[in-house]
Amino acid sequence: MSQRPVLDIRGLTLALPALADRPYAVSGLDLAIAPGELLCVVGESGSGKSMAAHAVMGLLPRAVKPVAGQVLLNGRDLLALDDAAMRDVRGREVGMIFQEPMTSLNPVMRVGDQIAETLEAHRIGDGASRMRRAVELMTEVGLPDPARMARAFPHQLSGGQRQRVMIAMALALQPKLLIADEPTTALDVTTQAQILKLVDALRRDHGTAVLFITHDFGVVAEIADRIAVLQHGVVVEQGPADAVLGDPRHDYTRRLLAAVPSLTPPPPRPRAEGEPVLSVKGLGKIYQRRSLFGAGRVVQAASDVSFSIARGETLGLVGESGSGKSTVGRCCLRLIEPDAGEIRIDELDITALSARAFRPHRKRIQMVFQDPFASLNPRRTVGRIIAEGPVAQGVEPKAALERARELLALVGLTPGAIDRYPHEFSGGQRQRIGIARALALDPEILVADEAVSALDVSVQAQILDLIQDLKKRLGLAILFVTHDLRVAAQICDRIAVMQRGEIVEMGDTATLFAAPKHPYTQQLLAAVPGARRLKAP
Amino acid sequence: MGFMSRFAANKGALVGLVLLIALLAFAVLGPWLYPTSPWRMVARPFTAPFVTDRFLLGTDTLGRDVAAGLVHGTRISILIGFVSTLVALLIGVPLGALAGYFGGWIDDALMRITEFFQTIPSFALAIVLVAVLQPSIYSIVLAIGIVSWPPVARLVRGEVLSLRTREYVQAAITVGQSTLRIIFSQVLPNTVAPIIVMASLMVASAILLESSLSFLGLGDPNLMTWGYMVGAGRTRLMDAWWISFFPGVAIFLTVLALNLVGEGLNDALNPRLSRGRE
Amino acid sequence: MGMARFLASRLLKGVVVLFAIAVLNFFLIRAAPGDPAAVMAGEAGAADAQFLQQLREQFGLDRSIPYQLGVYLKGYATLDLGYSYRQQRSVAAVVGERLPATLLLTGAAFIISLALGSLLGILAAARAGRWSDSLITTAALVFYATPLFWIALMSQIVFALKLGWVPNVGYETIGAHYTGLARALDIASHLVLPALTLGLFFTALYARMMRASMLEIAGADFIKTARAKGLRPSVITRRHIARNAILPIVTLAGLQAGQLVGGAVLTETVFAWPGIGRLMFEALVQRDYAVLLGVFFVCSAMVVLFNIVTDLVYRVADPRIEAA
Repeated sequence: MSQRPVLDIRGLTLALPALADRPYAVSGLDLAIAPGELLCVVGESGSGKSMAAHAVMGLLPRAVKPVAGQVLLNGRDLLALDDAAMRDVRGREVGMIFQEPMTSLNPVMRVGDQIAETLEAHRIGDGASRMRRAVELMTEVGLPDPARMARAFPHQLSGGQRQRVMIAMALALQPKLLIADEPTTALDVTTQAQILKLVDALRRDHGTAVLFITHDFGVVAEIADRIAVLQHGVVVEQGPADAVLGDPRHDYTRRLLAAVPSLTPPPPRPRAEGEPVLSVKGLGKIYQRRSLFGAGRVVQAASDVSFSIARGETLGLVGESGSGKSTVGRCCLRLIEPDAGEIRIDELDITALSARAFRPHRKRIQMVFQDPFASLNPRRTVGRIIAEGPVAQGVEPKAALERARELLALVGLTPGAIDRYPHEFSGGQRQRIGIARALALDPEILVADEAVSALDVSVQAQILDLIQDLKKRLGLAILFVTHDLRVAAQICDRIAVMQRGEIVEMGDTATLFAAPKHPYTQQLLAAVPGARRLKAP
Repeated sequence: MGFMSRFAANKGALVGLVLLIALLAFAVLGPWLYPTSPWRMVARPFTAPFVTDRFLLGTDTLGRDVAAGLVHGTRISILIGFVSTLVALLIGVPLGALAGYFGGWIDDALMRITEFFQTIPSFALAIVLVAVLQPSIYSIVLAIGIVSWPPVARLVRGEVLSLRTREYVQAAITVGQSTLRIIFSQVLPNTVAPIIVMASLMVASAILLESSLSFLGLGDPNLMTWGYMVGAGRTRLMDAWWISFFPGVAIFLTVLALNLVGEGLNDALNPRLSRGRE
Repeated sequence: MGMARFLASRLLKGVVVLFAIAVLNFFLIRAAPGDPAAVMAGEAGAADAQFLQQLREQFGLDRSIPYQLGVYLKGYATLDLGYSYRQQRSVAAVVGERLPATLLLTGAAFIISLALGSLLGILAAARAGRWSDSLITTAALVFYATPLFWIALMSQIVFALKLGWVPNVGYETIGAHYTGLARALDIASHLVLPALTLGLFFTALYARMMRASMLEIAGADFIKTARAKGLRPSVITRRHIARNAILPIVTLAGLQAGQLVGGAVLTETVFAWPGIGRLMFEALVQRDYAVLLGVFFVCSAMVVLFNIVTDLVYRVADPRIEAA
């Protein structure tokens, strides 16, 4: 590094409270960022990456204490500053943006005022000049009609717009360092691409050093100049982006990179061309907010959606939030009642059945849910959770429990897990339990709704392998609902792309990725981060 | 940390629990401590407290033992507190569960009714109900139950509404469990904690409500209650303060104990809610 | 939804509630044991036969229930709340005469408790864990658990009777015939004690709620944003935490309006404050059901109106409502 670093973290060690699972959040952390440079700190959940960022800002939770090391900002140790001096640093010398643009803005304050507040905090200008500057900043971060939008409240803005407001706020005083803590994790992929582009452009224009925290190697590959890989609070590898991505030295980095699904689909597998087991025709669903006076807001969540899946086939349902993909997935199980169209399992039209009449047929189509923490009843043992389905369908409880034991083995857990409670398991293990529950009824069709989205990348790879393996062994038809095109590329035989409730394009995975026809599909694929630098392993 | 240790970590809750146990002991042992009717005139009226050993808390305007009245009142207060809370739960829990689980027009209709009952000034309604039905322990319990259920219904509805969209409930639907079974085995057990907390606070407010009714002369005419004692002594406040003072302290201690226990339960049952600032 | 439309829908809802309360009143009279005419007239036997006959004809008590309900509701629609045989006057007149005193008392108690309660809540939250927090929290806990009528009695005996700081009972000094400012001051001196006792419970309630609400908001993401800007803690507390924490208090204030009215019954009874609460107590003693139900209806109307006001305040205070 030729230039003097803006931020130089030396031997930083953060102590966790006594009851935590390890003594230090991070230990012996060394990081340095030059002006205009973007350093990505990447790690899985619990690696301590976010704590490190908060330590720089002096915003650590009270229970976490720095016990060793220095955080040098332009040569001044931030850890040695008192409250007042640290307050002066925040906003003026270091700006920060957070993961959740939805909750990071004060809901009852106009966004223009919130941006102007950064200036006010450091006693710059008067009311009118601060407001002018706020509008300028909003223009710079690419918000439309900034003069008007400055008077808007956060709830009137989209997620991407809110994150732009956050960036405007953080950069109001042209700080030398910007800390971005997972700033695009909560955003859709196309919005994410725009925000990444914005961060990249701003730091080039202003020479701002950026400390970028993320778990997503795609994002890392997209924007990082240098990378630091964090595992259990320790930097295991650090270096220029191309070197770390192209020739990882540490075993952990290699494993992480190998677990990132490639955007290039594997060669098409030969599959039996069978009769479709699940066929959906003209499915429609409208959400209408009821109100006392006049018509409420109408949302077309699904409109004229048609597809079919054969045994042993995986169809991916891909789209951004609000595209209606989850609605369609849930309609197939009648967790949501569709307004139009028909859904057939073999020849049986399940939409024509009453709720009671459908109940015995429910065993044929099962679901794996997104959140491994919310999908298991915290008050029941794993055995009962898995056996509940068969018992509801008339199987003897004892036999169902016996079967639960086998299923646990099938999904890679020890049969001893049967008497334990969900909170005793990790996220990945819980997701295995969720899969075992779905399989307990010997379904023909599995709907997986973002089934790996809440998992760390290495765990995600294992669960994807498990789903692939089960599909082959059990001949399942799978409807795989996901927002993640990388995952879809690897696991789906065919893909349907949804936008605003409609399927805009459907085709073989390989064909669709190689030559997307619909502009929206092209836009989605172009927005996937890291396509340039992350190659198939 | 387990439930017990979390509860025990709250000093106030322990104090409340000890107080509550003492009160329950008075309620249970009352007939042995003071076997005769608290209405009986046993001494000269207006005997001051702490003067004689026999009538430690003095006597009232008619020469009745204040301490005997207090002990008998404990039974009535605690009984009415618990039974009327039970009545409120019996109305509120099913209504809330139905509204939350089924949503749609059922929810709309039930919530309009709940809102209606929540809008009516509760104490005024209780007064009118007891006055119209004639004061008795039954009309009092009924009136308190009727004015106390709306918050229960709202709480249960809110909990059920959020649980209903919880993925494990959705999973129970997909495996084909019946609606009733889902409500009873997946949803309601997970609402027990907040209901217990609310119920303990409701017993406290039911006791306050009962004493207020008795104070206004709407108590069961055959029962010696704390509220009645305060009301009966209020015309002679200047020369016999103790007649009204001690029953008030008894109400205060009971309500305080229940509130403390309720807060302790809240901390112990909902650890994530009460953690406060980091 | 525009403000006018919102107001219209809220008023309509309020009218529906009042209609339902009128229906409830109608059935309450019939739930009472005995002849409805006797119930309406007051304590059985107190009224003469001629008056009872007049009541029967007026309310069609020998006709069908729906007919009777129609007659009854028609009366309420024209603000005819019945006739008090005891007082030999219309219930509306009796209640109307007493209403201003109650509005004064409840209004004063409400303002005192909201201002003092939220202020104490903010203070306690800002000093969470320190002795001033413990003091406020404990005091709030104590006053939250103390029966209102007892506090009223005890403060009456201490501050009015023993210390003589303020008048003992009543609305103004009888026979003094003050006018203008002197009268206002005289009424204020009578108001102090009832308003403070009535407000005490709610002060405790709001302080507890405000403290809890402040601590919850303090953990919100946007507070971290505010800190990241370099704002001073006092500014963060005021502009970001308190501004958001007050919102649930506004809702609570609406929900508690009914309790405020209920508390007024007890306070007015103790301090002989000539409002509708005291009127309710008098009606109880005299078994004057016509007045009792009339007061009940007017109390409910007060709460309905108050709820509309808090809804409006909430709409102004929370910009997110527009979207919902």
